[in-house]
Amino acid sequence: MVPDIVEELEVGPDGKSLDLEFQRPIVSERDEHALEQALLLKERCGGSVTTMALESADVDDVLFTALAKGSDRAVKVAGVETPPTTAEAAALLAPVLRGLLDQKQVDLIVTGCSAIDDLDGLLGPFLAERLGLPYLGIVTGVVVGADSGRATVLKEYAGGVHAEYGIALPAVLGVQAAEKPPRYVPVAKVRAVMKSGKIETVSAAAPDQASLLQVVRMTKPEAAGHAEMIEGSPEEIASKVTDILSARGLL
Amino acid sequence: MALTTTEHADSAAGITLENIFESPRGRDLQTCIQCGICAGTCPYGEVMDYPPRRIIGMLRAGMIEEVLASDSLLRCVTCYACMAKCPRGLRLTDVLLPLAKEQAFIRLPEVPAELQKALANTLRYGNPMGESPRKRAAWAAAAGVPVRVLSQDPRPVDVLWFVECYTAFHPRGQDNCRATARVLKALGIDFAILGPEEKCAGECARMAGETGLFETLTDQNLKVLGKYQFNRLVTSGAHAYDAFVHEYPRAGFDHPVEHTTTYFAGRLEALKPLLTKKLNYTVTYHDSCVLGRHNGFYEEPRHLLKAIPGVKLVEMPHNRINSICCGGGGGGMWLDTYYKAKGMERLADRRVREAVATGADVLAVSCPYEVSRFEDSLKVLGYDKKMVVRDVVEILAEALGD
Repeated sequence: MVPDIVEELEVGPDGKSLDLEFQRPIVSERDEHALEQALLLKERCGGSVTTMALESADVDDVLFTALAKGSDRAVKVAGVETPPTTAEAAALLAPVLRGLLDQKQVDLIVTGCSAIDDLDGLLGPFLAERLGLPYLGIVTGVVVGADSGRATVLKEYAGGVHAEYGIALPAVLGVQAAEKPPRYVPVAKVRAVMKSGKIETVSAAAPDQASLLQVVRMTKPEAAGHAEMIEGSPEEIASKVTDILSARGLL
Repeated sequence: MALTTTEHADSAAGITLENIFESPRGRDLQTCIQCGICAGTCPYGEVMDYPPRRIIGMLRAGMIEEVLASDSLLRCVTCYACMAKCPRGLRLTDVLLPLAKEQAFIRLPEVPAELQKALANTLRYGNPMGESPRKRAAWAAAAGVPVRVLSQDPRPVDVLWFVECYTAFHPRGQDNCRATARVLKALGIDFAILGPEEKCAGECARMAGETGLFETLTDQNLKVLGKYQFNRLVTSGAHAYDAFVHEYPRAGFDHPVEHTTTYFAGRLEALKPLLTKKLNYTVTYHDSCVLGRHNGFYEEPRHLLKAIPGVKLVEMPHNRINSICCGGGGGGMWLDTYYKAKGMERLADRRVREAVATGADVLAVSCPYEVSRFEDSLKVLGYDKKMVVRDVVEILAEALGD
């Protein structure tokens, strides 16, 4: 869950965190794509999808929505007291995933490749490191063929360049965009799942190490220069534009 | 998201597509004479695989699944034309089509992106444009008259003005809001709004087939409305009016409801002496589908317009029961891209051509969807220098003078 930028972001009274008074967290867009990619894979290859989330406000709605979309299980890691940093989130999720991996229940772990409060996109790599699995980020497609021990992963680079990677499963993927936009699920279906579906709750393990990073200060960007509005008749404007361009040696 | 788990509207009616012929209103469908007037009058009849006549025929033949698997019901803008013209008086738009659209919506392999976004926004933010709910009363700061927000001042009030989304958030809708506030003030009406507590009334979600979303919104709005004492609800939204009159009572709402146009028309004698500024406008009035064909309010907006000094009212060939839909109902507001991709004409374009041909300089409307739809069409067709679009209440407020 990430801050919803529909509301204006304000720095809180401590000067180093967001003011959450009017914030209703929203599921990160990339995570929605990660779920969609998982559901597409299930539709194509069979298997099952488990959606996992750390406890936070409104997260039950998100998990019920995931169940309504086609996720088979929903697991909530409860006992998370303050919004965790990315490293802490990985530390909370890894033991639960470890348990599932040991039972050979997991072939693929997908997460958003970044979030508006994790632009570095470190959750996937942190998880992979803790679980001893390979990681690929900025993923835009996954193909699992006859050899179920491997997958072909499409990864995007700048400038319209794509690459295909072969990867041994299980693996962790950071999804940038699913092969199709995330699906819509009618509210009636979500409401039905709220009655019949179940969210499994597991307790968060105690953190194994304190975060090595500390937020020192949070500020809004400071305005630098402003755009200059050129006024006048079209002819006057055109003449001023040519003057400016010639002054800069562009004409 | 605040989803709740109570159920009412559909179960209260108790009618489904499966048992439709067992209910009195549904049983009437058996008497359809397959004359085809519905298909002929449907503005998109020629681009639907299954226009209303065929939907009834297929339903009677037990072949409704074929209809539901097509995109015909996505092309229905719930304009009430088929129902208004049916010689057997069959309940097409208010009984059959919502049920069929609900089932078709569930079966959609992919909800068109624009519609999906609007519905998801409505669930999360209570408005289809995805604006912050906290800014729902932001327009009031520039209203020029005091606007009471009930959460800040919860004293009982005569008129609870349910502003609705396009009025509260769209820049042109906000002009309508400020005009409405001025006219209410001029009439000395005790009024207040819900502000950030108000959610979309949800009529278009329901008529797009998203019944669950409609029920969630109904629950949320009724819970908020239940906190305050008021004598009547007046809304700027034509579609909200429709929902409050026909659907909300099933969930327990029991206050008198009026649309701003009919509310002001009912107070015309008090209003007339206040309309002192002469406006030299030639105006043509577009009948909203829900206010006109569904609720029969054809004359009220015309009485208001005729009461304004200097206003000359001219009619389009398609007026009153024959009015051409703007294309915004039943989810059509967020299907322009889909319709365009399917090569369908934008209905607002069709309507605006007719409006311009009357020679009028103002196209008057009473539904907040129409302002942006018709203004877009005027620009696209190159008529934006010839004609402007104004809500009837905006013209009233202008005539108030200073």
